[in-house]
Amino acid sequence: MNGSALAGYRSKANYYMWIGIFFALIGGIILMLYLATRQIDYVWRWYSMPRYFAHEAEIEIPAQVLGTVESITPEGKGAVIRVAEEDTDNVESYSVPDRKEIRVDDGDFVYPGDVLAIYRKWRPGLLAQGMWITLKVSLYAIVFGIAIGLLGGIARISSNPAAKWASITYVELIRGSPLLVQIFIWYFVLATLINQLLLKWGIPEISALWYGVASLAFFAGAYVTEIVRAGIQSIHRGQIEASRSLGMNAAQCMWYVILPQALRRILPPLAGQFITLIKDSSLLGIIAIRELTKATREGITTSLQPYEFWFTCAILYLILTFTLSMFVQWLERRTATP
Amino acid sequence: MIDVRNVYKTFRVPEEVHALVDVSTKVEAGEVVVVIGPSGSGKSTFLRCLNHLEAADSGHIWIDGVDILSRKTNINKVRAEVGMVFQSFNLFPHKTVLENVTLAQVVVRKRSKSVAREKAQGLLEKVGIQDKAGNYPDQLSGGQQQRVAIARALAMDPKVMLFDEPTSALDPEMIGEVLDAMKALAKEGMTMVVVTHEMGFAREVADRVIFMDAGAIVEVGTPEHFFQNPTHDRTKLFLSQIL
Ligand SMILES: Nc1ncnc2c1ncn2[C@@H]1O[C@H](COP(=O)(O)OP(=O)(O)O)[C@@H](O)[C@H]1O
Ligand SMILES: [Mg+2]
Repeated sequence: MNGSALAGYRSKANYYMWIGIFFALIGGIILMLYLATRQIDYVWRWYSMPRYFAHEAEIEIPAQVLGTVESITPEGKGAVIRVAEEDTDNVESYSVPDRKEIRVDDGDFVYPGDVLAIYRKWRPGLLAQGMWITLKVSLYAIVFGIAIGLLGGIARISSNPAAKWASITYVELIRGSPLLVQIFIWYFVLATLINQLLLKWGIPEISALWYGVASLAFFAGAYVTEIVRAGIQSIHRGQIEASRSLGMNAAQCMWYVILPQALRRILPPLAGQFITLIKDSSLLGIIAIRELTKATREGITTSLQPYEFWFTCAILYLILTFTLSMFVQWLERRTATP
Repeated sequence: MIDVRNVYKTFRVPEEVHALVDVSTKVEAGEVVVVIGPSGSGKSTFLRCLNHLEAADSGHIWIDGVDILSRKTNINKVRAEVGMVFQSFNLFPHKTVLENVTLAQVVVRKRSKSVAREKAQGLLEKVGIQDKAGNYPDQLSGGQQQRVAIARALAMDPKVMLFDEPTSALDPEMIGEVLDAMKALAKEGMTMVVVTHEMGFAREVADRVIFMDAGAIVEVGTPEHFFQNPTHDRTKLFLSQIL
């Protein structure tokens, strides 16, 4: 590759000059964007972004009663604070994780609600939570999407008209309308319907997240159906004949002979479909699922830093999709026969 | 072992072809029958009807006493008893040679992995490719692949073996090794139906030769009869073309 790329250039120096020009171009665009935002007095505050990934929260331990601090006994890194309630024999004890952050002394008089001690704990920030939800929704939708697509693809090539036509109808129906509309149908029609039925039967209702997963899974499933169908049909007829002639039934032939070969071939288009799915999950914000895009918008509302947030959001999606495509490439290498 | 009576098969797509016309024949246990005939005469269709890869339109076919055209017959059970070797090998490319030979034993015959492996190794030795057990089919020559395919079919302990032009896709120098494996099998008393253009094989191994043309069995006889004094004009014409 490199050799052939170099071949067209008179010298190595010339080649590296053009690489330099490429990076200068990228740097130039970033600089221009920066200068443009300076013109409108936008203040970049990248330093404030990390806390939207993780921040240290201060948690207070308040006294529950009116009384006197009777004793503070060290215990590991923390301590146990005992408070004797006024006018009774009652003694309350409080475990404190961090001894250095105790705010009372032996013998202090405390009122209910007075802070005895505080401790700090790392909490995931808004963007980390959003990314986690995006990841979770996408993974569930991918797993269900594969299951639906496998069934749909097999049904599509079945000679049974019920199975075949059901598969065709499903694919055409899903591919013929926008995902946004389908999400609304799942959330405002099917979810209300199902949850009211569940309520009637006394079963706890299903959260919006699962309707989001369902909308993505059924949407991707239609495309996966077509991919699976093409994959199965690309396997030579002789493979079916050989396995059937050995006495395998249709299911065994499918499972042991056809699908393993088909899956290897459909990995690349499947990866493309699931990268689309991850990006499409950004629509789920409209049905109150706090995935990455919705979390970003919430972050902007409180911080008033849209530029930093949107760039960060885009990069986080890039990390997710890039990881997926790396994973699929690894799978392809692993399943390749020499 | 095989009893075929008045079998008809017509393909309607892409055009109407009478692939089998009133075909009747019997193959006794231990017999080796070679089927010859011009291209398109229905030899493959005849063979494929015997294990129901192709469904005959009418007539009767019994394999070891089982009426395979009956709706009550579990065809998978019959197929497990009838081995088939294809012109294009049709090995499973995603499985190693050993796995090719063990898969159906485990899945269909419900043998344990270790029993199946032992059986497979014995058969691979018999066809002379035990040292390729861990390779994938793509890494083998055509002759080696076809011998694996024979081992794969034999692993099911079939009562009958069907061969559809097993050497037609092979380079000339590899034909011998496959024919040798088939001859060894015939010597062991396997019931075999072989479609082939290898007249040497027919002369040496066949108990009976069947000549087919235009979907019908035209002439049946011993190899001597065929090569010394064939009766039908069409047989004479065909033999003069290939000999
Ligand atoms: N699946 C099929 N669909 C349509 N026509 C077929 C099919 N299989 C075979 N035929 C036709 O049936 C005839 C006999 O074919 P075949 O049994 O393969 O002949 P042979 O093996 O003797 O060359 C040919 O005319 C062939 O075109
Ligand atoms: Mg043929």
